Amino acid sequence: MSMPEPASAAGAPVINMGTAIRDGLLEAARRDPSVIFFGEGVEDPGALFGTLKDIGKHIGHDRMIEMPIAENGLIGVAIGAALAGKRSVVTLQRVEFALLALEQILNNAAKMHYVSRGNHKVPLVLRMIVGRGWGQGPEHSQSLEAIFAHVPGLKVIMPAFAEDAKGMVTAAVEDDNPVVVIEHRWSHYTTSAVAEGYVHRPLDGPRTVRQGDGLTIVATSYMTLEAVRAADGLAEAGYPVEVLDLRVVRPLNLDPIVESVARTGRLLTVDTGFRMFGIGAEIASEVTSRCFDLLEAAPVRMGLPDHPTPSSRGLVRGFYPDAARIARTAGEMMGLEEATISQVEEKILADRGDVPIDVPDPFFKGPF
Amino acid sequence: MAENDYRLRCMRQMLRIRLVEETIAERYAEQEMRCPVHLSVGQEATAVGVCDVLQSEDRVFSSHRSHAHYLAKGGNLNAMMAEIYGKRDGCIGGRGGSMHLMDPEAGMMASIPIVASSIPLATGTALSDKFDGNGKVTVSFLGDACLEEGVFHESANFARLRGLPVVYVCENNLYSVYTNLADRQPERPLTDVAKAHALESRHVDGNDLDAVREAASWAVETSRTGTPTFLLLDTYRWREHCGPNFDNHIGYRTEEEFQTWRVRDPLERYRKQLEEAGVLSAGSYAELERTLQAEVDAAFTFAINSPLPEPNEARAHVYA
Ligand SMILES: Cc1ncc(C[n+]2csc(CCOP(=O)(O)OP(=O)(O)O)c2C)c(N)n1
Repeated sequence: MSMPEPASAAGAPVINMGTAIRDGLLEAARRDPSVIFFGEGVEDPGALFGTLKDIGKHIGHDRMIEMPIAENGLIGVAIGAALAGKRSVVTLQRVEFALLALEQILNNAAKMHYVSRGNHKVPLVLRMIVGRGWGQGPEHSQSLEAIFAHVPGLKVIMPAFAEDAKGMVTAAVEDDNPVVVIEHRWSHYTTSAVAEGYVHRPLDGPRTVRQGDGLTIVATSYMTLEAVRAADGLAEAGYPVEVLDLRVVRPLNLDPIVESVARTGRLLTVDTGFRMFGIGAEIASEVTSRCFDLLEAAPVRMGLPDHPTPSSRGLVRGFYPDAARIARTAGEMMGLEEATISQVEEKILADRGDVPIDVPDPFFKGPF
Repeated sequence: MAENDYRLRCMRQMLRIRLVEETIAERYAEQEMRCPVHLSVGQEATAVGVCDVLQSEDRVFSSHRSHAHYLAKGGNLNAMMAEIYGKRDGCIGGRGGSMHLMDPEAGMMASIPIVASSIPLATGTALSDKFDGNGKVTVSFLGDACLEEGVFHESANFARLRGLPVVYVCENNLYSVYTNLADRQPERPLTDVAKAHALESRHVDGNDLDAVREAASWAVETSRTGTPTFLLLDTYRWREHCGPNFDNHIGYRTEEEFQTWRVRDPLERYRKQLEEAGVLSAGSYAELERTLQAEVDAAFTFAINSPLPEPNEARAHVYA
């Protein structure tokens, strides 16, 4: 079984996504002296899960702005600095902390270009981390991309693979717009071969990571990995499906999705966030209106159920969509026989082994 | 032990909290407590000194570091341990884990793990209690980092404007995760921040139980009459920000600094004081330690034996 990331340059070192993001940020900051970093603990021993490790050593500590615990003020300051020509990169340990700064993000960052009739630019990167697992609970593990994606003027990206993440954060830093980067903690641990030096991946939307005719799965962030595992199981059973890693939530590029659905006739979306009012709802609705006549079945959305994220490992059983459930749903949508579906499902569960529900599956660690 | 002697009562409470948290630290590696834990070992005198002057109907709000506040306010130990173990008998049925301890019956209103997020809630219960003229006071426990958040200032301004019965208790342990106060705030007395909002304030050694209790007594009574107050209590967290270990070796603070605070151990210091005053004997302390440890062990057993909740329980209570 191979990692879905397209093969990088031969001999590229295998690193995890957290390190890849750090390397991408460092490369971008080296090339452009106007890049400055803001965060709570930007240079502390943890260095934001290692994603800012030693950056100050390479580019100078004055470009690492330690942030008092004052998110609205400080993100406003970062926006102001961006207006004056800096490229501000803000990192928060959890998405939830950005909620204190929604005012600045949604009112100022998202609108300054518009209200200045194009005169102002806000080259701002807002990195926020989704903290799933180990009982993080209702206020430390939400995946809130839909909130940011709702607002015109923001770009929202959700990388799932290491090299992609490296190139996308670089592109985000170089972008003249505010870019919200939602990083899933469990994706941070995934590894793959990552090209050294400067890597740039344009923020241009979905990428096909598995091919097949049976069905189109559009997944975000960590859910892409679960979807790939489901797709591999289905392919092994003789039913290959397509998996698109959405990568860029806004601006939403629907063309590759519509193209795929036109071939497969079926759409399944898998969100990291809540299902209701989620990214999948937008995609399913748009695809339905664009190619209703090509659909052979009603689109199905998977995502988190309609209640907050509980802490206990007892309560999270079944809370997150996983490969087995994705495979089952896809199988049912394709009209496969129950025996086939449960065979695929059981194989996936067996491969997962007894990895506890609240820690990342080592399956996603390479190299493969 | 005479319950009417607050000194013995507070000593006992501090020791109990210490034993609970030391036991958590010791057993965390078993990986059965599957949620982040923020220990307040070394900071017991602030929680105990403040809560001891409260009535049981008075209210308390806390943060991510809530074990000591919960216990000092009379929260149920079994329910706390079950919550940390993610079990059905947890104080909120496993929904929140260690960062969401609450026991409204004991006046422990809520613990909220977003920095400063519970400060306006405390201000709001004080507003409601003032409306009701019921004489209750609300204590808002906050860390030094909370003074950086706008919502502290918004709340303090409002509390003074409306004359609310609220006490803002700032436990200054010098750190926000790994970042020293000096790297987050300009040098100025933290009480000046309260003063700017026209709050009355006191600043005492947060490791000195008697000093804390006396200041708290003043603050609570002053607030009860409609002048919101601010207490600044200097203390120190011994272990890492989140987790059971010591972390002096990773470089954000020095071993020397840790040791200067370590010798100011609020528990040990108070024990000595009481022994010297002849209120406590070495024998009775040892006996107390045994009794409390037995209670703590029983709470762990209770938690371990409690069942994991079923997934469908997570759907309950989304709406009232
Ligand atoms: C709004 C928000 N920003 C950041 C965090 C991450 N965080 C959790 S605890 C903490 C430090 C808080 O320090 P302090 O209030 O002094 O309390 P202490 O941990 O020292 O007891 C931080 C920054 C958070 N939980 N909420």
